[in-house]
Amino acid sequence: MSGTSVIGKESGLSRRSFLRVSATAAGGLIVSLYLDFPLVAQQKPSAKTYPPDAFVHIKPDGAIIIQVNRLEFGQGVQTALPAVLADEMDADWSRVVGELAPAADVYKDPVFGIQMVGGSGSIAHSFQQYRELGAKTRAMLVAAAAERWKVRPEQCRTEASLVHGPGGQSATYASLAEAAARMPVPETVPLKKPSEFRLIGKETRRLDSRAKCDGSVKFGLDLDLPGMKVALVAHPPVFGAWPKTVDDKQARSMPGVVDIFEIPTLAKGKAVAVVADKFWTAKQARDRLQIDWNFNGLDKPDTSQLSQDYKKLAATPGNVAVNRGDLKALDTSAASDRILAEYEFPFLAHTPMEPLNTTVRFDGDRAEVWAPSQFQTFDQMAIAEVLGLTPDRVVFHTEMAGGGFGRRAVPDSHVQREAAAIAKRLKGTPVKLVWTREDDVQGGYYRPMYVHRVEVAVGADGLPSAWRHVIVGQSIVAGTPFAAMLTKNGVDETVVEGVADTHYEIANFHVSAHQPTVNVPVLWWRSVGNTHTAFVMETVIDELAIRANSDPIAYRRKLLNSEAKNLIGVLDLMDQKSAAWRKNLVQGHAVGVACHECFGTSVACAVDVSIENQKPRIHRATVALDCGRAVNPLTVESQFQGGVSFGLSQIVPRGAITFKDGYVEQNNFDAYTPPYMADAPTAVDVHIVPSDAAPSGCGEPPVPVISPAVANALSRLTGKRYRSLPITTL
Amino acid sequence: MQTYKLTVNGQAKEVTVDPSTPLLWVLREELKMTGTKYGCGISACGACTVHLAGIATRSCVVPISLVGDRAIVTIEGIGEDRVGRAVQDAWISEDVVQCGYCQSGQIMSAVALLKSIAKPNDANVEASMGGNLCRCGTYVRIRKAIMTASQRLA
Amino acid sequence: MLRPRASRMQRAAVLVVTVLMWSSSHMAAAQGGTPTEASKQAGLAAWQQMYSVLTNPRCINCHTATDYPEQGDDRHRHLFNVVRGPGGKGVPGLNCATCHQGANADSTGVPGAYNWHLAPLSMRWQDGNDKILPSADICRSVSDQSKEGLDIVHHHQQEPLVLWAFEPGRRRDGTARARPPLTHEEFVSATRTWVEAGMPCPSNP
Repeated sequence: MSGTSVIGKESGLSRRSFLRVSATAAGGLIVSLYLDFPLVAQQKPSAKTYPPDAFVHIKPDGAIIIQVNRLEFGQGVQTALPAVLADEMDADWSRVVGELAPAADVYKDPVFGIQMVGGSGSIAHSFQQYRELGAKTRAMLVAAAAERWKVRPEQCRTEASLVHGPGGQSATYASLAEAAARMPVPETVPLKKPSEFRLIGKETRRLDSRAKCDGSVKFGLDLDLPGMKVALVAHPPVFGAWPKTVDDKQARSMPGVVDIFEIPTLAKGKAVAVVADKFWTAKQARDRLQIDWNFNGLDKPDTSQLSQDYKKLAATPGNVAVNRGDLKALDTSAASDRILAEYEFPFLAHTPMEPLNTTVRFDGDRAEVWAPSQFQTFDQMAIAEVLGLTPDRVVFHTEMAGGGFGRRAVPDSHVQREAAAIAKRLKGTPVKLVWTREDDVQGGYYRPMYVHRVEVAVGADGLPSAWRHVIVGQSIVAGTPFAAMLTKNGVDETVVEGVADTHYEIANFHVSAHQPTVNVPVLWWRSVGNTHTAFVMETVIDELAIRANSDPIAYRRKLLNSEAKNLIGVLDLMDQKSAAWRKNLVQGHAVGVACHECFGTSVACAVDVSIENQKPRIHRATVALDCGRAVNPLTVESQFQGGVSFGLSQIVPRGAITFKDGYVEQNNFDAYTPPYMADAPTAVDVHIVPSDAAPSGCGEPPVPVISPAVANALSRLTGKRYRSLPITTL
Repeated sequence: MQTYKLTVNGQAKEVTVDPSTPLLWVLREELKMTGTKYGCGISACGACTVHLAGIATRSCVVPISLVGDRAIVTIEGIGEDRVGRAVQDAWISEDVVQCGYCQSGQIMSAVALLKSIAKPNDANVEASMGGNLCRCGTYVRIRKAIMTASQRLA
Repeated sequence: MLRPRASRMQRAAVLVVTVLMWSSSHMAAAQGGTPTEASKQAGLAAWQQMYSVLTNPRCINCHTATDYPEQGDDRHRHLFNVVRGPGGKGVPGLNCATCHQGANADSTGVPGAYNWHLAPLSMRWQDGNDKILPSADICRSVSDQSKEGLDIVHHHQQEPLVLWAFEPGRRRDGTARARPPLTHEEFVSATRTWVEAGMPCPSNP
């Protein structure tokens, strides 16, 4: 998700904050941090709505449970944030357990003011926060020890969950926890010097590996509660449709079917919920529903029609995002000195491996929810609204998620609303709503379809002398609480990011966007606007480089603004680390390069590509990145190896969601196919620029560079330019 | 509804279900063994992979009525096997997992590979693992972990 | 393996013999004599019937020349990256048996039969580009292999995978897979006729 206007490298606690500490009945120290931040809607919640939640719980047996304030969905936050806290706390890492915190004010993202994960902000936003939590906890433990030993705190030192006194005394954190809970919470504490880090900056293996390798970890879909029922929903095949008639006789007659009824669904449509004792029963019953849908008045999206419409719009200026210099050079240059490139990008589905699900139990005056959610605050509010409760009456557990990529961060909380509507009808019974893979592929909330029209006048020096760029496609934030924050002059920033804020030095630069209304719910897809903008920028730049007979890396160096130090730095590092293999390419192979900055992180990539069986074969990717301080270099490496593989979802031949007469044409992995192992690079070497700067994001930055890098390599092999994704013929 | 006697990870089990129920859902909902995952239901992703009579099998498409008396081994039991344990240990030491949802299936496929080809080359790995989907993109680390497991088992 | 293409001389000789045989059997039939030529015609006709079955998707999808099977009525490359493997049974982790069981799984849409696997390359009826081979070529291949020991009638009558083609089960959307143009009985009968006629093959066009 985008946060281009708010993410900075500093995410310190600049707001009023206070720490409340309490001892638990079972013994142990609980440190709570109450933050007072405005919500996105600019409403300051009062202190009394904060429930007493904990970040650190030291158990009597020495285990240290650290609450993680955002969803773990692969990015490694359940290890990284506890490591940050444990480092400052000098905790024994072998006793640390990370837990996914439930929904509560205290767990809101310090920058965004809502509990969420997205915008590649896990470390960027909570690094400072967790450091301070750890340091304050340590300070209170030391204070307790110092009081017990009648020494000064400065005379004590800590290491691996032990406090050592000046006279050889020592005490475990567990033994000090109760006393520490009675200590005053320091307003400020000094943090460690980087040279003192024991975990931060070190390769730290994930805490959740074993459970994910032996079948014991529970994802949202795995939840089982006594008396639980399973619900499936028959969604309208065209967004916003309603059932005209429903014949559920056959479905109801199946043993194990509990109830079948209509519920509101996404895009203001109505759907039919089937509740049964088990998944397979619910699925068979749903398959036997005969529903006649009402499509009256509905816009029926059609990819070929949209393509035509978008291309027509792209030939006219839209709402202006950037207007720099003038475009005289474009109007006066000869055709041979101009490039006109039209690009087309399809709708994309996220398809995380774990299909969407939410479990709700409604008890009349309260409710309990279990959801693998990227957006706990919004989801909790939505469920409360459907059930007629206040959010504080909804206990919301965050479950481990099997991927997300943005799909579980939905401003309208449509899945949770469906689950709540069903639970409301089955008061007292926990209901697990499951979306099948078919529901997921056909269920909307796609990365929108986009068309770009780029006209570049090429100067005598081979560099762009003028650049007109029109982007056509749906706004992602329109109609959401993020609209005000992220829309300027009628332009959704998440549509033009990556073009509007380019670091290429283009004096005469005009960027505008048309944002049509289409009956397709859309959403941010890992790296959002950068998914398509980086592809356009990096392939146009490559085309210009070829025209100028220039090496693509040298060309970029020449064109990049000298102030884009991080981007130039990664370009240099990538150049250095790939020079050997780039100069020794096997016959039939080609190099492709790309670089891009997003979410505060600069990335450069070089790929070694050949064509095998009419498909691109990526033998190797060398990736260089600057994410500020790499809190866990192992996680960073994984995110970049994984992110480039994920990014190839855009290139693989069956990587498009298409519409025909209102219907989504694909319904599972057979027709909408993500990259398998052979589609991904065989080897990815990752190189991190050493840095002490505040950490920036790693979740999304790997994604935008890989598709243009591969396309650039393919262009050198085939002589063609690839301007329409996915690539179906080479 | 019909009653089936199954052997799961060496233990005798009995379930009474609709004969068309895929083995995946029998494991997950009747036996409460949720380590085997639902990813697609059409054998496209491999998240549901178990071993049936030693053969890696996609349990989402196998109706319980076709299982017969073949022994079933799932991710919950594969650690009892020397190869299974080596694969799990390699997955951990090589920090393979991200979200982890596909990994039960990946591990079961990798174990099937290593039990058949003790020293697989890259082409073997790609052929055998080539039908398992991972949206997080852990493929590169999976390749490494299989080689690590293979070396340790030698 | 197909025999090398006959030389022009050989083909001319075959043509002459064929014409002679045709005219003699014509006369024989007119006289109610030896059925040789009539049965040869019947055999050729039977072969064409067999060819229509062999090249039907239910059969030819597993008689590929490549390292992959095909699927569907449009005979696209089998999805999910399945491969032939050394014995035509896939590879460890991705065997045919990984999904295909001993019988059709109609509730999940996966076809099945005993010992699901690819036909050996010797029984490939397509070229390397997935193009169906001409009738003459396949006929020659089958008749050659028959002379080398393949009991084609038995294969068509008993092989579980052949039987499967005539009861191919349902797809996951509930629709029935299209069957070959003949019933199993007709197919076996045509095979017998062809064998008894001496396995005549059409000439290459």
